[in-house]
Amino acid sequence: MKHPICVNSDCKICESSLCCTKINNFGVKRSGIEILKNVNLHIHCGDLTAVIGPNGAGKSTLLKAILGEISHTGELQFLDANNGTTKPSMGYVPQKLDLDSTSPTSVLDLFAAAYTNLPIWFTYPKKIRERVRESLALTHGEHLINKRLGELSGGELQRVLLALALDPVPHLLLLDEPVSGIDQKGLELFYQTVSTLRKNYDLSIILVSHDLNLVAEYANRVAFVNNRTIECCGTPQEVFTNEKVIQTFGLDWSNRFQRVEKDRVANALLV
Amino acid sequence: MHFWYSLVDLLLPFDWMQYGFMKNALLGVLLVTPIFGLLGTMIVNNKMAFFSDSLGHSALTGIAIGVILGNAFPLLNIKPIWSMMVFSVLITIAILVVKEANTASTDTIIGVFSSSAVALGLVILTRNGGFNKYSGYLIGDFLSISPADLLLLGIVFVLVILLWVLIFNKLLLASMNPSLARSRGIKVKQYEYLFAVMMAVIVTISIQWVGILIISSLLVIPAASSRNIAKNMRQYHIYSVLIALVSGLSGLILSYFWGTATGATIVLITSGFFALTFGLKLRLG
Ligand SMILES: Nc1ncnc2c1ncn2[C@@H]1O[C@H](COP(=O)(O)OP(=O)(O)OP(=O)(O)O)[C@@H](O)[C@H]1O
Ligand SMILES: [Mg+2]
Repeated sequence: MKHPICVNSDCKICESSLCCTKINNFGVKRSGIEILKNVNLHIHCGDLTAVIGPNGAGKSTLLKAILGEISHTGELQFLDANNGTTKPSMGYVPQKLDLDSTSPTSVLDLFAAAYTNLPIWFTYPKKIRERVRESLALTHGEHLINKRLGELSGGELQRVLLALALDPVPHLLLLDEPVSGIDQKGLELFYQTVSTLRKNYDLSIILVSHDLNLVAEYANRVAFVNNRTIECCGTPQEVFTNEKVIQTFGLDWSNRFQRVEKDRVANALLV
Repeated sequence: MHFWYSLVDLLLPFDWMQYGFMKNALLGVLLVTPIFGLLGTMIVNNKMAFFSDSLGHSALTGIAIGVILGNAFPLLNIKPIWSMMVFSVLITIAILVVKEANTASTDTIIGVFSSSAVALGLVILTRNGGFNKYSGYLIGDFLSISPADLLLLGIVFVLVILLWVLIFNKLLLASMNPSLARSRGIKVKQYEYLFAVMMAVIVTISIQWVGILIISSLLVIPAASSRNIAKNMRQYHIYSVLIALVSGLSGLILSYFWGTATGATIVLITSGFFALTFGLKLRLG
C-alpha cells in the first residue's frame, strides 16, 4: 500500500437518493506525458469540494478535463435528482484569462455574447442590460458593466467571470482559484454567495484553491491532488491530518489548522 | 449588372466613372472591403495577422498547382482560382492540425508552412523561366474584375455576412478563453476551423485583385486602426468597416488618377487611418 493513511472511500460513494456527479477513472495525457491517472471523485449536489495540491499537480488540468476541453480517458457521469443521467451544465471561472489589454470587448459584450445568439457587433437584445446588471449584482460588480475587460483589475475581472459562471445557475460550478485576487470584503461576499447558491440551488461546486484556511472553513470535502492523482480525499478534518498532506504543505500550517478547528468547535458550542 | 451601371451613371456622373471597368471595380470594392473590415476584427483579436499573411503566400502554390493541372488536363479548363482555393483550405487545415499537436509555437508552425508553400510555388512556376506571366498576382489588379467575378463575390459577400451573424458570439467567446467557451457548450474547435476556412476562401477570392504582397494588410489594418479608438465590439466593427470602405473607395479613385496599383493605394490609405487613430488614442488616452 502506497499511502496507508489515505483509505477514505468517502469520495467514491453516492447515496442513491441524491443527485451526484461521478468522475470515474480519469486519465489525461498531454504531449505523451501522463499528467493525471486513476482519478476518481464523486460529488454530491450541494457539496463544495475543494481541490488542493502543489503547483503543477494537475488541478487546472483536472478541471479542463471535466469541461471536456482536453481529451481524457475515463468517464464523467451526472445523475440528477430523479436518477436520470444527463449532461451536466457547467459554469467555469478560469485561473487566468489571457486578455489582450487593448481588446475592445466590454463587460456587457462578454455577457451578451454568452447569453444570446444575436451578433453583438450588430445589436443587443432589448433586455440584456437589465439581466447583465442583475447577474453582476450577485458579485457586486454592477458598476463594471461598461468597462473594457482589459481595463479591469484582477479582482474586478474575477468578479465579472464569477457572475458570468453563475448565470444561468449550472449543475456543476468549476472554480479555478477564483478568488486569488479578491479583497477581504469581496472574499466574504464570494463565500456567502457560494454558500447561498449551494443551499438554494443544490449545485455542486469544485473549487481549486491554495488558501487552505478558507478551504478548511468552507469546504465540506477536500481532494488532495499530488503525484498525478487524487492521493487523499475526505472531510477537511481527515485530509488535513493526513501525513502526505502535512508533508506537502508543512506541519506548521497543519498545527494552525487544528487550532482554528478547535476554536471553531468551541465557538460553535458557545453559540 | 445593367441596373448597377445606370445607377452609377445617375449617382456618379463623372468622366472617370463612365468606363465599364471602373463601374465593375467600384462594385468589387464595395463588396470586398466590408468583408475585410469585418473579418479583420477577429483576425486582430486572435493575433492571426501572420496567419493571413501566410494564406496569401500559399496562394502562389495554388496557382502553380493550377498551372500543372491545366497542362495535364487541358480539357478540364481548370481556373487557377479553384486550385488556389483548394490548396489554401488544405494548408489552413494542416496548420490547425499541427498547431493542436502543440509541439512548437503557432508562429513557428505558420512560418514553416508559409515559406515551404512559397518555395514550392516558386519552384514550379519558375521551371521554364516563365514567372513573369504570374507576377500580376503579386500586386493584383482591381480594374480587371469581370461581371462573372462580381457574381461570385456577391455570393461570398452574402455568405460571409450570414455566417458572421450566426457564429460571431461563439467565435468571440472561443477566442477569449476556450475553456470558458467550452463550459457554455460551445464546440471551440469547430468554430476555429470554420473561421480559418472562411478566411482562406476570402483571401483566395480577392487575391487576384488585391495582390499577394499586401492582402493581409488589407485584412489587418482597418481593424487595427479601429481598435485604437473603439470601446466595445459594436464600435470596433463599425469603425473597421467604415475605414475599410472609405479607404477602398478613395483608393480606387486615386489609383485611377495616379495610375498606380489599386490594392496598394488602398492599403496606403488604411495606413493613414492607422496613424490618425493612433494619434487620437494618444491624445484621448
Ligand atoms: N498544454 C500542456 N502541454 C503539456 N503539459 C502541460 C500543458 N499544460 C499543463 N501541463 C503540465 O501539466 C501539469 C499540471 O498543470 P496544471 O496547470 O494542471 O497544474 P495546477 O495544479 O493547476 O498548478 P497551479 O497550482 O500552479 O495552478 C504541469 O506539470 C504542467 O507542466
Ligand atoms: Mg492551476
